Amino acid sequence: MWAYIIRRLLATIPVAGVVAVFVFLLLHLAPGDPAAVIAGSSAMPEDVERIRAKLGLDEPIYNQFGKWISNVLQGDLGDSIFSDMPVTKLIAQRIEPTLSLATTSILIAIFIAVPLGVIAAWKAGTWIDYSVMLFAVFGFSIPVFVIGYLLMYGFSIQIQIFPVQGFVSITEGIIPFLRRITLPSIALGLIYAALIARITRASMLEVLAQDYVRTAHAKGLSSRVVLLRHALKNASVPIVTIIGVGISLLIGGVVVTESVFNIPGLGRLVVDAVLQRDYPVIQGIILMFSGVYLLINLIVDISYSFLDPRIHY
Amino acid sequence: MNTKMLKQVIIVFCLAAALIFGLTGPGAVAETVIRVNLDSAHKQLDPIWTTAYIVRSHAFLVYDTLFGLDKDFKVQPQMVDRYSISDDGLLYTFTLRDGLKWHDGTAVTSKDCVASIKRWGAKDGLGKQLMAAAEKLEIVDNKTFKLKLKYSFGMTLLALAKITSNVPFMMKEEQALTSPDEQVKDVIGSGPFKFVKEEFQPGLKSVYIKNEDYVPRKEPASNTAGGKVAKVDRVEIVWIPDANTVTNALIAGEIDFIQIPHSDHLPRLQEAKAVKVENFDPLGLQCLLRLNHTQPPFDNPKARQAVLWATNVEMAVRAAAGNDPHLFNVCPSMYPCGSFFASDVGSKPLMQQDFAKAKQLLKEAGYKGEKIVILHATDDYIINMQTLVTGQNLRKAGFNLELQAMDWSTLVGRRAIKKPASEGGWNAFQTWFNGPDFLNPAEHMAISADCDKSWFGWPCDEQIEKLRTAFGKETDPQKQKEIAVAIQKRAFEVVTYVPLGTVYQPSAYRSELDGLVKSSVPIFWNVSKKK
Repeated sequence: MWAYIIRRLLATIPVAGVVAVFVFLLLHLAPGDPAAVIAGSSAMPEDVERIRAKLGLDEPIYNQFGKWISNVLQGDLGDSIFSDMPVTKLIAQRIEPTLSLATTSILIAIFIAVPLGVIAAWKAGTWIDYSVMLFAVFGFSIPVFVIGYLLMYGFSIQIQIFPVQGFVSITEGIIPFLRRITLPSIALGLIYAALIARITRASMLEVLAQDYVRTAHAKGLSSRVVLLRHALKNASVPIVTIIGVGISLLIGGVVVTESVFNIPGLGRLVVDAVLQRDYPVIQGIILMFSGVYLLINLIVDISYSFLDPRIHY
Repeated sequence: MNTKMLKQVIIVFCLAAALIFGLTGPGAVAETVIRVNLDSAHKQLDPIWTTAYIVRSHAFLVYDTLFGLDKDFKVQPQMVDRYSISDDGLLYTFTLRDGLKWHDGTAVTSKDCVASIKRWGAKDGLGKQLMAAAEKLEIVDNKTFKLKLKYSFGMTLLALAKITSNVPFMMKEEQALTSPDEQVKDVIGSGPFKFVKEEFQPGLKSVYIKNEDYVPRKEPASNTAGGKVAKVDRVEIVWIPDANTVTNALIAGEIDFIQIPHSDHLPRLQEAKAVKVENFDPLGLQCLLRLNHTQPPFDNPKARQAVLWATNVEMAVRAAAGNDPHLFNVCPSMYPCGSFFASDVGSKPLMQQDFAKAKQLLKEAGYKGEKIVILHATDDYIINMQTLVTGQNLRKAGFNLELQAMDWSTLVGRRAIKKPASEGGWNAFQTWFNGPDFLNPAEHMAISADCDKSWFGWPCDEQIEKLRTAFGKETDPQKQKEIAVAIQKRAFEVVTYVPLGTVYQPSAYRSELDGLVKSSVPIFWNVSKKK
């Protein structure tokens, strides 16, 4: 197992390298000029040129890449072109809201979806099953921002039990934290709940059709024990896979939610950076995200061996 | 009670305290705070390094200026206590007010002001003109300094009072000695608010606290002149990117001021309880279409004049502002309507749409239907709508157009390219400026025709430049006006740009706020908040 983990960790290095080259080239070859954005609308062309030279953006692309990659290898992601702050500091400022939102969203998704998927499979063909699948279709079809606006209108403007926007760290109080994270988590979590519910139902149906499940019923075990102790565990591999995929997608999916609910997370940071062509910030965050994706995939793969003893590494 | 029980009691007590504190959070501090959402995300801190409006708004909170402009756009002393101008107009003597201090407690001196003027003068367009006219800046004593000119420069005081980027904010000498091509590292101003660096989150929130040591002038606040009395303890500039969310946040009372609410939300804001909608900017936004004078067909004046005849200013400005007549002005002038230099001289081709005339001029220009690329920034509502409308009118006049959709960041990079459109260049783009940017021909970068040294579009006309130089040297206001009008007339002939009217963007704010000052810049001194 440890050898497998080490092999997988070492494999992230060439992947990170490819990501770094790809992202760098894509950004620098795309249209847009951060020097012009920095200088402002009223700036004269020569002012823009001076800023470009000052930032080293007039150097050949291979020079710029060489400097950046050698800094990255020393743990320095560079400084934001706009705010002049280290990218690592900007990421550190924004990581907690994103992690909070992603965590609460996936928890909501799991706690809604897995029971719904199990019940839908158990009551397959009934109105319960159809209701759950209808929820899944709607949950997957309605864009996050639409759900967000509806929740905001209903709960923040009309009933006024939740704030419209913003984020409060959990260190400042659990109630203030929950009040602000609830609506965005529901908005974002519903889509993943829909996805996980469908996969859970499909996986459970497959397992429930197995002979050993029939045997378990024949032995007199209650439906609850059969479902939760026998069927769910055996159905869990695809469920865990989709949860892992969902977590990876969630990190990207927080972008819209953070913008709608004004959560100061990494999603907003990267969107702002893209719109302004803040290259070091974009590059730093994408590198970080790619590392996170690889790590999540590794954790998911390792979890299989706990869920299914037949799987060894 | 034995030890074990005592330990259990202590543990339970600590847990309870942690739970209570954790549930409710720290107690609220009794201070007045106003939260304001301005035109964009605030990331940079140096108003000399960048011309971005948000940085200017930040700077007006923490820095001060030698002079300000009152509501009639007249120059008034601000940091200056008294000043004199010699009879020949070549020697200005300035004496600072008593009690001016930097936020670190040290006194503001004339050394700081001289260094600040030099740094600003190396960067700003009008500042460069002033520095070109200047022979020397001389320090007399801690509070007095002189500006000796080589030749008369009628814009001297206006330059030091200007509210358009780059504003001549005064900084400590050690910071003012920073090259204007680098950002200052710290924000140490002498203004009515202090910047709280520890709470600065670029792109999210900037925090300012009341400067208890600030000595305001005694006159009432008027634009950027008069007394700058900080009436709240704290100002937070926040950035909520989603238009719907920021409107909801204002209605819910989570923020106090939106500088530019989305025009679609104005009716809702006008009906909302405890929210007011009001236009604070008397000059509005000056919208324009900029042509590339270096590339065909707009290297030909007849083709440019054809654009004037094809344009419908009213249609363009209604597309951006809607049909509420309070929100737009079909202004025929290249200077903001209502300002001193405004007139309709030379504007007939612009104001009387005539497609037949436009087609005739195109024919005379030898236009054969070559593709014209208009850079179309779709992420700015005004620019987006006006480009669509203008594009349609130009097509009717016979122009073969391609509107290339892009975001603003891409546009500002692309407009710097002087090559043909087929090689990455451009033929036209739309934009807008704050009204004060166009107040006079010396500051008006879109009217300038200094060839390669002009703003993007690079119009080239010796007559306009001679008139602008004459304007700069003229000190008599009426003669300045005559020159300004002559510049406008010539600018319409050359078509340095195509004015597309004025759009007024009202702000929205909570009714608990009182004392908001009318200005083209969002101002938060003089503002109080009812509890």
